[in-house]
Amino acid sequence: MTDTTAAAGRRRTAPLVRRGAALLSTLGVIAVTMFGLIFVTFIIGRVMPVDPVLAVVGERASKEIYDRVYFEMGLDKSLVEQFWIYLTDVLTGNFGTSTLTARPVVEDIARVFPATLELATIGVIIGIVFGVPMGVTAAVYQGRWPDHVVRLFGLFGYSMPIFWLALMGLIIFYGNLDWVGAPTGRVDVFYQDIVPPVTGMILIDSAIAGDWTIFWNAVSHVVLPAAILGYYSLAYISRMTRSFMIEELSKEYVTTARVKGLSERAVIWRHAVGNVSVPLITVIALSYANLLEGSVLTETIFSWPGLGQYITNALLNADMAAVLGGTVVVGLTFVGLNMLSDVLYRVLDPRARS
Amino acid sequence: MTEELLRVEDLWVRFPTPSGKVVEAVRGVSFSLGRERLGIVGESGSGKSMTGRSILRLVRPPGQVQAKRIMFHDQDLLTLSERKMRQVRGNRISMVMQDPKFSLNPVMTVGRQIAEAYRLHTGASRREAKRATLEMLEAVQIRDPERVRDLYPHEVSGGMGQRIMIAMMLAPDPEILIADEPTSALDVTVQTSVLRIIDRLVKERGMGLIFISHDLNLVATFCDRILIMYAGRVVETCEASRLHEAKHPYTRGLLNALPRLDEPKAALEAMTRDPAWTEAPSVDGYL
Repeated sequence: MTDTTAAAGRRRTAPLVRRGAALLSTLGVIAVTMFGLIFVTFIIGRVMPVDPVLAVVGERASKEIYDRVYFEMGLDKSLVEQFWIYLTDVLTGNFGTSTLTARPVVEDIARVFPATLELATIGVIIGIVFGVPMGVTAAVYQGRWPDHVVRLFGLFGYSMPIFWLALMGLIIFYGNLDWVGAPTGRVDVFYQDIVPPVTGMILIDSAIAGDWTIFWNAVSHVVLPAAILGYYSLAYISRMTRSFMIEELSKEYVTTARVKGLSERAVIWRHAVGNVSVPLITVIALSYANLLEGSVLTETIFSWPGLGQYITNALLNADMAAVLGGTVVVGLTFVGLNMLSDVLYRVLDPRARS
Repeated sequence: MTEELLRVEDLWVRFPTPSGKVVEAVRGVSFSLGRERLGIVGESGSGKSMTGRSILRLVRPPGQVQAKRIMFHDQDLLTLSERKMRQVRGNRISMVMQDPKFSLNPVMTVGRQIAEAYRLHTGASRREAKRATLEMLEAVQIRDPERVRDLYPHEVSGGMGQRIMIAMMLAPDPEILIADEPTSALDVTVQTSVLRIIDRLVKERGMGLIFISHDLNLVATFCDRILIMYAGRVVETCEASRLHEAKHPYTRGLLNALPRLDEPKAALEAMTRDPAWTEAPSVDGYL
């Protein structure tokens, strides 16, 4: 008995120490990852054969103006010095000024990221809500018609170019049926910049402001691009769910659940899906991260003022401060989602806890 | 021992293969079970596990089960609807499987898994199920049930896992327990204690036990009656105490292949198999 109480005592104190150590090592990993990311983007930005000075002053500027801007931008210093300056700036939250918008990059990103976040979140929710049940159904009816239907539907979403899907969607649901809003961004032009920005996500902001006309207008604009991104992530999620589920259903504990007399629904949804949700976390996090990175094509077609469009525009205009800032945000998103999936992993899988 | 709980008549289990050939795992097995311990012995692939699973109708497609009838009391299990069958599974006939490492759900506490089985068939409240869970854990001689209840399967040893499995399967108080190699995955040292627990519970509750094993000695000491299976058929049946009088050459071969401490041999006999054994009709194992 004394043995077990001592063991129980250890069980209680040990996690605190372990959790502290785990937290420290996670933070270390994040720091190293972010440093590497900033370093690599910085180097790529500096060795790219574009002239950032020209991007600022234009081609007709005189030699003096060119030189002055050259010095102002610190380009006369060594690469190491330049990197050090950039790094310290980033750590104090200063990503520089965009030459394209003439505004601080931080402000720009604070404006475009919520738009992408809104779109990607709805997209991934569609992917989960439809993809998981479809994958489970396919696995349960493996080799029979529901399986074939799900796989074909997934394959279609997987292999059709997203811009084609988007254009077809517009022709049908906007052009012919007029069910959704015009591809003019997040709301119709005359509703733009009316709602005071709180979160930057127009659905939430208009709800906070109580302006339901704008809210429903925003819904009609987000539905189609979100559905298209959702279809794309659904294709991936359902395929992975199916293969995880097939593996899980062949395991012995599933037979145990049947021996107990549980209904097939309980066997599948309580026992097997409970286990599938563990590896599925990673799949969903990756899918979400991909959408958050900004889907350039979808954003372009729907004139969605999101991160993907912002970075692409910056890149095409040699706006290096904006590109670097955008890349760091994408990197942070990935790291953040990875950490979140680690945490969820531990919540869902007791074996990952000890 | 006279009352018949279960009667299996002419059971066949077939697996069609993609090439069109049909593999027959069980070929016309007949036996009955009273409130006794019936051992089914046989080598790998002799059809003993499939026999056990057919009774619960848990042979998965593409496997096909066919029998004249499988009578449990006065109902034919083969004609029951799936819903009615679920009220038999776990509730009246239950099964303990080989390896607790794989047969327990890894992401559910053992307490929840036991309570789930209990509540399903008794409709008990959460509180009642908790009490029953602790009682069952005590019945399988787990010393600290309050603590074990909250453990996950990977946190318990094999022997403890198997006792938890037994607790779970016996919680709804079934009449028949099918134990499919319940000790094969366990260390020899804990095998006996697990067997003793099964034996005591089966006796106390007056249950029928079908004990499936490949271990001839174990079955001979543990069971009342034995069926010996070979290639999907029952080749011989006898009282456990009279196993040494067995006549079938396969059984004799198995017995002779066992090393004995009291009669050491330089070389153990190897089995020579007669193709005729495969074709000989199945012996019935009725009471």
